[in-house]
Amino acid sequence: MDILLQQVINGLVLGSVYALVALGYTMVYGIINLINFAHGEVLMVGALTSWSVIGLMQDAMPWAPGWLVLLLSMVIACIVSAALNFVIEKVAYKPLRNAPKLATLITAIGMSLLLQTLAMIVWKPNVKVYPTLLPSEPFAIGGAVITPTQVLILALTAVSLAVLMWLVHFTRLGRAMRATAENPKVAALMGVKPDLVISATFVIGAVLAAIAGVMYAANYGTAQHTMGFLPGLKAFTAAVFGGIGNLGGAVLGGILLGLIESIGSGYIGTLTGGVLGSNYADIFAFVVLIIILTLRPSGLLGERVADRA
Amino acid sequence: MNAGENMRTRNPLIHVFSPQADRGTRMAAWVVAAMLLLVLPHGLQYFGNAWVRIADLALLYVMLALGLNIVVGYAGLLDLGYVAFYAVGAYLFGLLASPHLAENFAAVAAIFPNGVHLSLWVVIPLAALVAALFGALLGAPTLKLRGDYLAIVTLGFGEIVRIFLNNLDRPINLTNGPKGIGQIDSVKFFGLDLGKRLSVTDDYDIPAVTLYYYLFLALVIVSIVICTRLQDSRIGRAWMAIREDEIAAKAMGLNTRNLKLMAFAMGASFGGVSGAMFGAFQGFVSPESFSLMESVMIVAMVVLGGIGHIPGVVLGAVLLSSLPEVLRYVAGPLQQMTGGRLDASILRQLLIALAMIVVMLWRPRGLWPAPDHGRVLEEKA
Repeated sequence: MDILLQQVINGLVLGSVYALVALGYTMVYGIINLINFAHGEVLMVGALTSWSVIGLMQDAMPWAPGWLVLLLSMVIACIVSAALNFVIEKVAYKPLRNAPKLATLITAIGMSLLLQTLAMIVWKPNVKVYPTLLPSEPFAIGGAVITPTQVLILALTAVSLAVLMWLVHFTRLGRAMRATAENPKVAALMGVKPDLVISATFVIGAVLAAIAGVMYAANYGTAQHTMGFLPGLKAFTAAVFGGIGNLGGAVLGGILLGLIESIGSGYIGTLTGGVLGSNYADIFAFVVLIIILTLRPSGLLGERVADRA
Repeated sequence: MNAGENMRTRNPLIHVFSPQADRGTRMAAWVVAAMLLLVLPHGLQYFGNAWVRIADLALLYVMLALGLNIVVGYAGLLDLGYVAFYAVGAYLFGLLASPHLAENFAAVAAIFPNGVHLSLWVVIPLAALVAALFGALLGAPTLKLRGDYLAIVTLGFGEIVRIFLNNLDRPINLTNGPKGIGQIDSVKFFGLDLGKRLSVTDDYDIPAVTLYYYLFLALVIVSIVICTRLQDSRIGRAWMAIREDEIAAKAMGLNTRNLKLMAFAMGASFGGVSGAMFGAFQGFVSPESFSLMESVMIVAMVVLGGIGHIPGVVLGAVLLSSLPEVLRYVAGPLQQMTGGRLDASILRQLLIALAMIVVMLWRPRGLWPAPDHGRVLEEKA
């Protein structure tokens, strides 16, 4: 039982990170129908920015408590990532808004590669140790443990989600976003400025990704220029799993994917008598995804839209 | 002839190949092109065998891109896991043409005491067949999926294949895990071993890479012929109908399920053959060669070159596969200029990324797009 509880906790933490990143994918997809391949890289830039800021702050003001340093670095990471994603959209995606869909996809892939390379030049390719800023003694819950960092991840995810839901459902901008997602042309006729909405979407997605990146790095204790790839891929999977374009679906997909991976890799060894090990963890996510999509071709919460000609 | 076509055929280099050029010019142009392709490796050899190797790999990528073009370009199904079929072909040849199986399985060793060594004539159809089977296997559960869902499922399939290759060294050692399979035979046919240099006269011999060049060139030409014939066939036109509007295609009585499966299987078979050739050429295969990035690069080749247009796809594949290698040589001096801060591999990656973005921004339909898109409508008007 302890092992199960522990895996559930780990799964929830991992799933929260996936959910935050998946929201960025799903929002962008909902509005401009683009798989933003560079989104994982935004997470990476967020994490590495915060790593640099922490380094600077620890030199400049050694008296500052760990949580303050982490918080400030996260704020700066959010700003940098938001600015970056804003520029990416303007430079690489906006000129292609009426181009074939695959062209934008290739640009996004190119952008991902470009950001990774630039990050390698700026931050050097080595693996960086992400400092432990929060107390490391874990809390015990019924035989399982949870670290303060993990608690923070869960709390931050919950807060971010609440803010996002409020933003999307109760503000003018949110209404404009929903309208644009529904039908960009009609929304524009009703006085919504599509460029503004799209930029806002990219900025919000980047902030969520930066939070996820900082938390991911803090949880695993490392940061590197390649770190965005796997969470990005998983988050994209999560977004599709939940039904791409659907915010609730992204969160559900992210958390379920985290749980499946964590529980699956925890038990696969015992279930198969040691034949298959936890190195098959990544397969779980994809196998489940394929099964789900076969049964429900538009994801868990996705609407069954008719094919448009 | 419409305006768009006029503009494109104005390029004299391309024009001489087009059906509008007079017969003699066209024949001459093809002969010159064929001569150039035949002589090319001998020219490259002069600069070193590494350059011929680049040409060889470029040809393999042309085959891959042509295969993917069937799936993405003709049938309009975005496949982000295409490299899986390349891997299937490579491992198939790796297993059947190396001592690995005999070393690890007593039953195999009993039948083939020296290891299984199959000839080219068995390997090519077998690789095509097995990869096609995998293609249909992947296609089956994805038939109902729309564009981006399909993309992620195929991506997942590619990753699953790679993870299995990486981990199937236990409980039974099938793939030798991350270490990969080595000692793979070179290609032999009609008593000619492509792995050894061939002595023509006393002072001139043809190195192995050049021999492979001719084999790959032949395969590429066969692939192009197959693709062209497919494109104009009933099946090819049905694929394009599905690409343009699946519901309408269905309403016209096309069996979309079988056609999509056929597209997957057909595309995959090209990947399988290319993979088998890669295995033979390298003499070694490991899961590392079949990462997601590889799939993405093949998609990029197809889209960058001109999706659904054979010359465009060939151009895209040649550019994207040889550019990084060529840049490796050019990047050296630049590295010295920047004081070693930018090393060759970083610079290479940077330039490729920039190229992908800039080309797409500049020509969203690819470098050499299909000219006949919407031709029927324009002719009517």
